[in-house]
Amino acid sequence: MLKLKNNDTALFLAFCVMVLAGPIILAPLGAGYPDLLQRFAIFGIFAVGYNILFGLTGYLSFGHAAFLGVGSYSAVWMFKLLSMNIIPGIILAVILSGIFALLIGFITLRRSGIYFSILTLAFAQMSYSLAYSVLTPITNGETGLQIHLADPRILDTKSTDGSLPSTNLFGLEMNDTWRTTLFGMDLQFNVGFYVSAILLILCFYLSIRIFRSPFGLMLRAVKTNQNRLMYTGVNTKPYLLTAFVISGMYAGLAGGLLAAMDPLAGAERMQWTESGTVVLMTILGGTGTLLGPVFGAGAIKYFENIFSKVNDSVLAGWFNFMPDWMTDTMVFLLGPFFGKGWHLTLGLVFMAVVIFLPGGLMEGASKIANLFGKRKNKGSVDSTGTPAE
Amino acid sequence: MGILEVQNVNKHFGGLHALNNVNLSVEEGTVHAIIGPNGAGKSTFLNCLIGKLKPDTGTVLFQGNPVLGKKPHEINQMGISRVFQTPEIFTDLTVFENVMIPCFAKRDGSFELNALKRVRREADIREKAEQMLLDVNMQDKIHVEAASLSRGDKRRLEMAMCLAQDPKLLLLDEPTAGMARADTNNTIDLLKHIGETRNITKVIIEHDMHVVFSLATKISVLAQGAIIAEDIPDNIKGHPKVREAYLGEAEV
Repeated sequence: MLKLKNNDTALFLAFCVMVLAGPIILAPLGAGYPDLLQRFAIFGIFAVGYNILFGLTGYLSFGHAAFLGVGSYSAVWMFKLLSMNIIPGIILAVILSGIFALLIGFITLRRSGIYFSILTLAFAQMSYSLAYSVLTPITNGETGLQIHLADPRILDTKSTDGSLPSTNLFGLEMNDTWRTTLFGMDLQFNVGFYVSAILLILCFYLSIRIFRSPFGLMLRAVKTNQNRLMYTGVNTKPYLLTAFVISGMYAGLAGGLLAAMDPLAGAERMQWTESGTVVLMTILGGTGTLLGPVFGAGAIKYFENIFSKVNDSVLAGWFNFMPDWMTDTMVFLLGPFFGKGWHLTLGLVFMAVVIFLPGGLMEGASKIANLFGKRKNKGSVDSTGTPAE
Repeated sequence: MGILEVQNVNKHFGGLHALNNVNLSVEEGTVHAIIGPNGAGKSTFLNCLIGKLKPDTGTVLFQGNPVLGKKPHEINQMGISRVFQTPEIFTDLTVFENVMIPCFAKRDGSFELNALKRVRREADIREKAEQMLLDVNMQDKIHVEAASLSRGDKRRLEMAMCLAQDPKLLLLDEPTAGMARADTNNTIDLLKHIGETRNITKVIIEHDMHVVFSLATKISVLAQGAIIAEDIPDNIKGHPKVREAYLGEAEV
């Protein structure tokens, strides 16, 4: 990781290539279809933002799904009232979730540690219940907020063919996909994915800048010794609140994008399980690292969408080279870990990572890099006669 | 009037009268030691000065401005820095980052939204931090993670962090507690060195009489929450009340 620290530009460029080539890289893994690619990018944004709060300050928020929900609802309302162009929807999503984060942060940051976590959880569950019941006029309760033909959409021309309009960016429709085949692989380049990907890249860039700024340094100082920081003349509250609001706005942007890809918003997006997912993503990938949360988000979404689709008959297909009784045994043994049981596998992977790689997948990656690095260094000792640094 | 004026400070913990009408005047430029047997109220007194504890009654004036009731960061921004009994540093950060933080706090105040500036382009801050580490002779450990430093180095680092803020008053809470004799002497030299190059008033709380008599220009003796004697070091040694309070516990 030390190398990357000195070379943020290289890291950023590699990240750009990786994200933009996503449809090609992920196609062999069976994850190259638009719906999943969009989710990778959007939850990447969510996790990168969450990492600014949790990774830098160590404040574990259990309520970030509330901001995701606020983002989705505000975006859908813009699609209903103003235009199917996603720009106003996304802008409102970011602004409203920022204001919401300011309110919640102002109250919850009065406490730290476990009490902060509980307070944020309480606020998020409150928002969820409100969205589900009392606020039905705004959120459409159980059914969820959807767009209708009769919605005003004052900036758009009325559609005449009687079908629901789709979300777009100045005419480019989010669900437009250009397909091609390469070496027998089906490649799908989707507009919605590239919109999300470009925003993910911007968000990632902003996160690098925050990590390397004096502001980021103060946030890291809060994590290691908040007491010393206060006796060094720094008022920690506004630093924490700013970090909380920034990460809330990232979550709002992710929520807005989810609605932009599929224009509906439901209360379940605010539920605590969603908050828990982003915590898992960040820890799995590597808390406090720049790239980790993106990988964590990718890993979890991959499990959710690919692992969960492997059912018993697919498993039987994998083992059909064996005698029948062995195939049956294998399916019986592995069945619980696939399909509906994907949570079980995810849980085991998560436990393994937390126990053996406390620094997450990024620690694993740097361990592997070190292994190769050492070999290289040994080689250079032999060739030059002087020990490599 | 002194740089720090403590007037009629009282503090109770339940039935315990921890500070009993404490009056103290610290002259600018002096090294004022506060000594006393265990449980005399030395740490309580210091905690009242930095805003960690709030006394029941009394006033504390720093350069004529009231200190009591202010938040720790506000008191620090007035020019009062503190060295803790166990070094309080940012263990997860490098030595250099540790010293940069007080430099930022000094330049930018208690809060500044500088989220888009780059730390590595802050030339003046980096220069100052390097100078501070040079002053405490730690320039070779600049990129070491602070957690891996020895106890003595942690103390020196904390000192550098306090000095980086150019404080007017430095409060030291048993700066040599738990140190070997060699480290203690190093710390004494460091404190003398600081005194030569900067005009910082110091208040030292200390058990070790060797340290006290090497550094102090004035000594106040605290016993059972009250100041029982205040004088220059030579007179304190033979003071009958002081002998009584210590009961021969230390060779004064």
